[in-house]
Amino acid sequence: MSETAGPAPEEAPPCVAVRDLVRTYRSGRGAAATEIRANDGISLTVRQGEIFGLLGPNGAGKSTLVRQITGLLRPDAGSVELLGHDIVRHPDRAARLLGYLGQESTALDELTVALAAETTGRLRGLGRAQARGAAAEVLAELGLTAIAQRPLAKLSGGQRRLACFAAALVGDRPLLVLDEPTTGMDPVARRAVWRAVDRRRAERGTTVLLVTHNVIEAETVLDRVAVIDDGRVIACDTPGGLKALVDGDVRLDLVWRDEAPVGVPAVAALRERAECTGRRWTVRTTPEQARELVAAVTTGPAFAALDDFTLATPSLEDAYLKLGGRHGGLAK
Amino acid sequence: MTLLSAPPRTDPTTAGPAPLAPAARLLPALAAVYRAQLARARVARIPLLFVATFQSVGILVMMRGVVDAGQSTAARSVVAGSSVLVVAFVALNLLAQYFGKLRATGGLDHYATLPVPPASVVLGTAAAYASFTLPGAVLTAALGAVMFGLPLGQLWVLLAVVPLAGAALSGLGAACGLLAPRQEIATMLGQLGMSAALLLGVLPVDHLPQPVQWLRDLLPSTYGVEAFARTFAPDPDWTMVLADLGVCAGVGVVSLTVATWAYRRAVAR
Repeated sequence: MSETAGPAPEEAPPCVAVRDLVRTYRSGRGAAATEIRANDGISLTVRQGEIFGLLGPNGAGKSTLVRQITGLLRPDAGSVELLGHDIVRHPDRAARLLGYLGQESTALDELTVALAAETTGRLRGLGRAQARGAAAEVLAELGLTAIAQRPLAKLSGGQRRLACFAAALVGDRPLLVLDEPTTGMDPVARRAVWRAVDRRRAERGTTVLLVTHNVIEAETVLDRVAVIDDGRVIACDTPGGLKALVDGDVRLDLVWRDEAPVGVPAVAALRERAECTGRRWTVRTTPEQARELVAAVTTGPAFAALDDFTLATPSLEDAYLKLGGRHGGLAK
Repeated sequence: MTLLSAPPRTDPTTAGPAPLAPAARLLPALAAVYRAQLARARVARIPLLFVATFQSVGILVMMRGVVDAGQSTAARSVVAGSSVLVVAFVALNLLAQYFGKLRATGGLDHYATLPVPPASVVLGTAAAYASFTLPGAVLTAALGAVMFGLPLGQLWVLLAVVPLAGAALSGLGAACGLLAPRQEIATMLGQLGMSAALLLGVLPVDHLPQPVQWLRDLLPSTYGVEAFARTFAPDPDWTMVLADLGVCAGVGVVSLTVATWAYRRAVAR
């Protein structure tokens, strides 16, 4: 399916233009080998200055897509253009157009934070003094100066991730491709990341392509989001636009103290429809039904067994499930 | 929470591809990689360098029980072989493991998404590993010369032997690490190479059967060992020393070229 294009925030020219991208892998060996279509005809356009997200469960094909956009992987078919450059034909140009934060830090692990940032800057073509200055600036901006002299391998997961993010920022690029940048970060570090991203966009019009499976993050920071499932774009819109797909429905979460009181008829009926994760039951329904359900569980024996309940408007995850995402693997 | 402000308006009339940022040039990038790797080695590799040096010193002690002190081919090749073994341990074995790990974990993506010439990554890393072995090689050689009653005056030759043998061995190590289909195989190849350098370099050549001698001739570290061993003679044949070092340099160029090709292949798109 091609993109169901939502309105771009501005009619800015495209930064990333992907058309009908196909990439298959062979899995297994010999006669038992099967072909897996990691990307099955993906098309999307990221406009300049946009913060664009790729949302989807593990194994949906997000990383494969990003590896093709960054020139790390050649597509079987389709085209990738970055700021007017054909990346399928000239994959080496990607490195001169974008800053990439991958999921692995092994290349930097044993360097100190300062040296990792400075070296990355030098390898992005900066002179020595320039790289050192730019690295110091980015470390200060992200609050890493205090740990600048510590090796990455000795840092906590979140700090290490932030240090790698710092390295990705040294040596300005018009496009940042960030693969799950905030994994393992505390809220302070997360805010530092989004502030740095925001600043670059405001001052230099930097475009950001973000891979995430964190719905909260997707809702708060993205201009537009493409939902990817089984190697296809199943929807592409603003977070608000996607949530409008499930407008009208609400989500009721019930948490039982112990065993669910299935003796209560309403609860027994609910069990058939709810998504049960341990003591937590989740049901998506109309507001009228939700009101009835809340009334049923907040009286009598059901209420006695109830630990907590929440009634919420739909989230991106609800939209994702409604869209037919089969894996339900999104983090809340 | 909306942390992010609206993007600035970009002029849509500006057509044509965006300008490319400059790529890093070979030598500055090589210098940056070298410096980073050396710093990294200081943090992570010092214990391993101790292991490498103690291993060589242990072999000296062991061989002292078999080989008499004094000017003999055997004594010279034991001392020279043990010294070059430090280089083989780090440049071949550890570098094969490092590149094997980098490739297996996706760490090569970091370099592949930076505009650097492949040769700068391979040469910078190889040079850092090789130069890191110099103190251990000097220490082993000095200790060996004292133990086997050989002159100490020619140890400066190590300044040529270590970089040249280092180039040949680290190119081989890097190529093994980058070409091995799995990380464990990279580790195994590195260790096999080091065992070969140990057995074929340290054992006195006169005692080896002919097929093993042919194998020895194929190993790049042999020529470093030979060159260094010759300098212990009372009147060294400097032409032969230079010839051996020339072979080392030649093998170094070839093996580093292969390693660079292997790197390109490993990050192939």
